[in-house]
Amino acid sequence: MTASVGALPRIPHTGRVTQARLLLSEWTKLRSVRSTVWSLLVAVVFTIGLSALVPAVRMHHLRPGQHIDNPLELTLAGVQMAQLAVGVLGVLVISAEYSTGMIRATMTAAPRRLPVLWAKAAVYGATVFALMVPSAFIAFFIAHSILQPHGQAVAFGAAGVVRALIGAGLYLTVIGVFGLGLGAIVRNTAGGIALFAGIMFVLPPLMNVLPTSWNNAASPYLPLQAGERILQLQGGTLSPWQGFGILCCYAVAAIAAAAVLLKRRDV
Amino acid sequence: MIEARNLTKRYGETTAVSDLSFSVQPGIVTGFLGPNGSGKSTTMRLILGLDAPDSGDVTVNGKHYAIYPAPLHEVGALLEARSIHTGRSAYNHLLTLAQTHGIPRRRVNELIELVGLESVAGKRVGQFSLGMGQRLGIAAALLGDPDVVILDEPVNGLDPDGIRWVRDLLKTLAADGRTVFLSSHLMSEMSLTADHLIVIGRGRLIADASVEEFIRRHSKNMVRVRSPHADAIATDVARTGVTVTALGPGLLEIEGLTAEDVGELAAKNRYVLHELMQQRVTLEEAFMDLTQGELEFTSHADLEAAA
Repeated sequence: MTASVGALPRIPHTGRVTQARLLLSEWTKLRSVRSTVWSLLVAVVFTIGLSALVPAVRMHHLRPGQHIDNPLELTLAGVQMAQLAVGVLGVLVISAEYSTGMIRATMTAAPRRLPVLWAKAAVYGATVFALMVPSAFIAFFIAHSILQPHGQAVAFGAAGVVRALIGAGLYLTVIGVFGLGLGAIVRNTAGGIALFAGIMFVLPPLMNVLPTSWNNAASPYLPLQAGERILQLQGGTLSPWQGFGILCCYAVAAIAAAAVLLKRRDV
Repeated sequence: MIEARNLTKRYGETTAVSDLSFSVQPGIVTGFLGPNGSGKSTTMRLILGLDAPDSGDVTVNGKHYAIYPAPLHEVGALLEARSIHTGRSAYNHLLTLAQTHGIPRRRVNELIELVGLESVAGKRVGQFSLGMGQRLGIAAALLGDPDVVILDEPVNGLDPDGIRWVRDLLKTLAADGRTVFLSSHLMSEMSLTADHLIVIGRGRLIADASVEEFIRRHSKNMVRVRSPHADAIATDVARTGVTVTALGPGLLEIEGLTAEDVGELAAKNRYVLHELMQQRVTLEEAFMDLTQGELEFTSHADLEAAA
């Protein structure tokens, strides 16, 4: 595989780094590694697959005359799995650059640094949204076809259904960006995943050690509880969009902290 | 042209680079030499703006690296620890970098061909040998047709064929009028590739000279003598203040005298000589000598041998 040395052909030095070019580069990065394909496949397969499995099992065990009050929750059960996959991949999108050393090549090509973070968040968020909104709608129609014969389905046109389905895509998008922000802060895959899982899944049950009044006051504002309001048709302290807004605040805070650190720390 | 002025970089308690000033000229190959851990990689990270210096300043063609709107056209770099995502193919790795500057895909193919990776371009980099990884790193460095090329230990892991290829490539790049700056801890490699040397130890500048000047300045008169009268010769010459090292029974190395000096001394005193040889100081030895006191890690055995 020895190449004889020819002179390096010259090319015009006309290109410059732009936000659009960084978006394209980050898209190439995202689609060209296996972890992306696997994580997103898990998110889609679980979202769609559990929308068949969970309602089917529930209908099988339905007692005569019983009426379920949470058909949409059964429908979107897969989002619980999808959020883990999407959050972990969000961490990986940035932490894998640190663990492999790729970040040095990235920051050498785009030494202003921050546009890289914006591009990563935008490309990853858009990818998750584009995949998960259709997945949520497919999940709805599959679940609907299973629930309908038992008279348990909620109509597509019912209040809040479309909002909840688009909301599932929005929720997962923001969860993914939140994971990316955490990954950029700790710059380490294991640490990033632990931090993400800790905030999302360990913190809520931990709130039970607080006095009940404190717990009741604080819990609705945690990222998981607040964010999931947009998937629900009823109940809750916060309105669906209030809850979603609070989740967005967590993601923005994580990305902002990551941006400050990215600018100040050595690569 | 790279210009460093009083660069200092500390990591916690460790000072990696200390008050380092030098300039790297276009049109020649400049070697950046120092033992492992002497601050070469840190200096390169400072040039590329990956790390910020605690004090001092470094510019590439008169400007800080980070303010160039198209940095890959200015500087191409191969950094020591491979800076490549192992899960991505060689082609896609180069493509992601090219896309940041709007460099066309045919340039990516051109570089893959230039470094001889055509047959493995679609393979994931994690499966690459060290040598293939180095070739890919060199391709990435040359992607933007840069005026300044910075390579950290480019021949690491290459087979002799690959080493010669890199050597020729660097000379071709310099002949094009580019600035070529490469680091190594191997003096022997530098003597074949570099025109100019910047030598550092423990983050400080030790030497900044052309290769010929470096050898001339650091070569010493060194004579090897084998004689049944070795002990007597050693006693005699030690009186004149030169350094004598016994290499074995009847074998001496005398530093500071020429072969003529020793021959005349032997004739005058009727010592029998079985061998008298002027030792030529290689670049490697000059370098070892120079950095002896600057080594971060010297094994105990080495210290005893030196004593």
